[in-house]
Amino acid sequence: MDLQQLAHKYDLYGCVQCGKCTGSCPVSLKSDLQIRRLVYDAIKGGDNFVSERKGIWECTTCGNCELRCPKSTKPVDFISELRSFVIEKGKVPATLRAALESVLKHKNPWNKPAVKRTDWAKGINIKRFDNNDKSSLLLYIGCTPSYDPRCQKIPVALVKIFNNLNIDFGILGNEECCCGNEMKKMGEFGLFEYLAEDNISMFKKYDIKKIVTISPHCYNTFKNDYHGFGPEFEVKHYTEYLSEHAEAGRLRLNKSDPRRVVVYHDPCYLGKRNKIFDAPRKLLSNIKGIELKEFDRAKERSVCCEGGGGKMWLESTPGVERLGEQRVREAVEIGADTIVTSCPFCLINLEDAVKTTNNEEKIKVMDVAEIVAELV
Amino acid sequence: MKKIGIYICHCGVNIASTVDVKKVASYAKNLPNVVVSTDYVYMCSEPGQELIKKDIREKGLDMVVVASCSPTMHEPTFRTAVQEAGLNPYCFEMANIREQCSWVHEDREKATEKAIGLIKSAVARVSLSEPLEEKEVPVAQTALVIGGGIAGIQASLDIANAGFKVYLVEKEPSIGGRMAQLDKTFPTLDCSACILTPKMVEAARNKNIELLTYSEVTDVSGYVGNFKVKVKKKPRYIDVEKCTGCGNCASACRLKGRIPDEFNLGLSKRAVPYILFPQAVPLIYTIDPNHCLYIQKGKCGDKLLCKEACTADAINFDQKEEFLELDVGTIIVATGIDPFDAALKPEYGYGKYPEVINGLEFERLSSASGPTGGEIMVNNKKPKKIVFISCVGSRDKQVGNEYCSRVCCMYTAKHAHLVKEKIPDAQVIVCYTDVRAFGKGFEEFYDRVKNEGVIYRRGSVGEVYKKAGQLIVRSEDTLTGEVYEEETDLVVLAVGLVQRNEGVGLAGLLRIPLGPDKFFLEAHPKLRPVDTSMKGIYLAGCAQGPKDIPDSVAQAKGAASSALVLLETGRVKLEPFCAVIDKDRCGGCRICEGVCSYSALKYDPEQKVMTVNEALCEGCGVCSSACPSGAIKMNHFTDKQIQAQIGGLV
Repeated sequence: MDLQQLAHKYDLYGCVQCGKCTGSCPVSLKSDLQIRRLVYDAIKGGDNFVSERKGIWECTTCGNCELRCPKSTKPVDFISELRSFVIEKGKVPATLRAALESVLKHKNPWNKPAVKRTDWAKGINIKRFDNNDKSSLLLYIGCTPSYDPRCQKIPVALVKIFNNLNIDFGILGNEECCCGNEMKKMGEFGLFEYLAEDNISMFKKYDIKKIVTISPHCYNTFKNDYHGFGPEFEVKHYTEYLSEHAEAGRLRLNKSDPRRVVVYHDPCYLGKRNKIFDAPRKLLSNIKGIELKEFDRAKERSVCCEGGGGKMWLESTPGVERLGEQRVREAVEIGADTIVTSCPFCLINLEDAVKTTNNEEKIKVMDVAEIVAELV
Repeated sequence: MKKIGIYICHCGVNIASTVDVKKVASYAKNLPNVVVSTDYVYMCSEPGQELIKKDIREKGLDMVVVASCSPTMHEPTFRTAVQEAGLNPYCFEMANIREQCSWVHEDREKATEKAIGLIKSAVARVSLSEPLEEKEVPVAQTALVIGGGIAGIQASLDIANAGFKVYLVEKEPSIGGRMAQLDKTFPTLDCSACILTPKMVEAARNKNIELLTYSEVTDVSGYVGNFKVKVKKKPRYIDVEKCTGCGNCASACRLKGRIPDEFNLGLSKRAVPYILFPQAVPLIYTIDPNHCLYIQKGKCGDKLLCKEACTADAINFDQKEEFLELDVGTIIVATGIDPFDAALKPEYGYGKYPEVINGLEFERLSSASGPTGGEIMVNNKKPKKIVFISCVGSRDKQVGNEYCSRVCCMYTAKHAHLVKEKIPDAQVIVCYTDVRAFGKGFEEFYDRVKNEGVIYRRGSVGEVYKKAGQLIVRSEDTLTGEVYEEETDLVVLAVGLVQRNEGVGLAGLLRIPLGPDKFFLEAHPKLRPVDTSMKGIYLAGCAQGPKDIPDSVAQAKGAASSALVLLETGRVKLEPFCAVIDKDRCGGCRICEGVCSYSALKYDPEQKVMTVNEALCEGCGVCSSACPSGAIKMNHFTDKQIQAQIGGLV
């Protein structure tokens, strides 16, 4: 590992050690991750730099540090590359290794067989590219909404909404393969390249012009990391896409019954990382019977649910409060009966946290698509 | 037969270590018309210049080429030298074999070859040079100062006291600027208004200063010594001759206590008729047109309460904008700054939490004439704990302000001191990245403040948020490596200084550039800090870059001094680089008139040809290339010269 090269690559030499990164890091108070110190040691160089620090796997890649750094250093990508050195040495935590190997074998990190990827769609009539159906719009489901029993309700809801709007779309079916966003953030660059290449050829093979994703993580990587598409290619997150239909007056929603007091949680990969804050709020605030509240730290200030950067497959430390639990407690204090979000990782983490904080009677967690689908 | 002299400079080792100067000199001897070709270690030195002068006198040189550094360094030096020996300075040419050759190449052979090419080119060009005479124009004996803050006031006083008339244009209803908004000044803790107001009054009383307050510059044309400036006087709707500043109108106003007071940054409310602060100069009320019911809606209840209350009969809603046209010889830009908008850093919650304020708002709270009578109050209580956060909007690539705003470390120390003075039991913490206490008395002041019990914790705050209604500051203490979340009552953000919104438009009007930090750009960062690229226009104060009061005053005096050179001598020389129109070729098509950015070309309807105003012409050459008849030649940059230059190089 050439520290100097690394420091140059991630613009670390500009660092003035102001500490804003560690101060903004949501896990810095409860883990060994001290990003400022890591950057300092990289700048200092020398033989004593140890990349195998415990903290580097704690990073959720939320991006607070990078977005707030006054010297525009790139600490998140720096951590991913540190992870890649550790992976090469074979020292990755066991559960992460399992997830990575699963992607290689089964094209998803959940150790579920590829042939069961469309089980969520049993009984639903959808165009499938792997059955030679044609469409210019791909609804990219993603691994978690495909396999996680709770999250499977999201694509079901979305299909209902799309059909109500008479949208012509298709899904890839069992050929759908992991987008690779988390793999890249975990430092498995080789695996990511392999997935990206395969996915791009598949999209081109089926002459797909537009992709709408469910997960902001998939959205992020298609939009920012995948290259080799032509200029007419478009990626949208489903909240963006539906919001456009809503603005054009095509989305007609009934009044919500029962009344809900909802608080919207901005997912890091949709909100602060890709600047989509308003689309989901427009969808929610136009629904009669829904009162939309905000967290104190909302939009760019939203607190990470701790799902990104591989944390979905990392054992949490017992006895230490998880960020999702903090968020749920705050939602209850605000007086909301529903937390609404637009990311499957946030959904899982927040719902888990509702259970572990014993708030199941007080608050539910729903995806934006689920709420909208109820009311079309 | 022309006689050309060539002088190759070693510039010590700057040129000679890369370029074989002796080889170049011996090559150049064989160029056409060259009678002298020699090298010397420092051409710009006294003996170096004497070499040239001696050869002009003894060998009768008609033209001189010096191959040395950039013309921006020494062209004036050598032009003066040849002029002293009796040669026209425009028969002199420089070949830049330093910045364009020895300083950017390493290969000695190739650099020498390039130097030879550059000299051939210069010789070819100078062979076609013609003697030219600089034009002298008179300088109008008046100055314009734009901006009535401390810098503008000081510059105006200096020029006025030297005996020249000054127009001081200020967009607010009163002069005083930012300094009027401050409580105490660092490091002496002088009361800002107390040291400012005497100067304000002096400016108002000075017979040579004409105050044009509540006015704006709307157009500038002309050139050094002869600027034509249009100024718009905005209507106050109050007769300035009659108003006594008694304030009855404000007391009677229907909207009293309803309009956010801009001087107090919205921390208090005022009436529609207002003065900025009690010591305003001039002490004349102004009716705010944006909020006045009568002006906005044509009706204010059943009668105009202000008019009724005014015993001087000064209120006049029929007032209109007035436009003045001023002829001035020189302009000083002293337009100051705005505080950085901390809402652009959402992590601090500015604009969301009333308990998060910026440095200027703190000044108003601390000021005896402010919204709380000088008490530091938050939610109507005195705060027990205050956290100051440094470097907000400065040294920050995320918001596009890479520079340091220079005053914030010191004003934060001052604020911390003021809190300790007013609320002795308060816990005061300054969260800093660095402490820049560079000026006279600054380090000593910082030391004093820390000894008063203010705690400096290193670490730029990550975020300010609320938990169950309690304000919390989350930060890493970088000196201990500990991440902490502290409750606090008040957060004060040390916002940086940025260019005003109007600055960009003004730069366009004056045709002066802005730097990458958006402040007005000085002509040379080291040696010409008050000049701009436009002759006759100078900069003073924070308009040129963030600085404190003593530096603003010093710079204002510097700008005044430069302006006075022009005003006192009363004449200024203009370079003779302008367009020349061949009347026999000109067809009067007027295409050139349309492309001239300086309005220097005018059509003569009697002769049916174009004419050039040599003073306005900047010699840019656009007209020459646009002319379909080839009737326009550029002095000193003729087509033949340029072609010869190119020929010499290839």
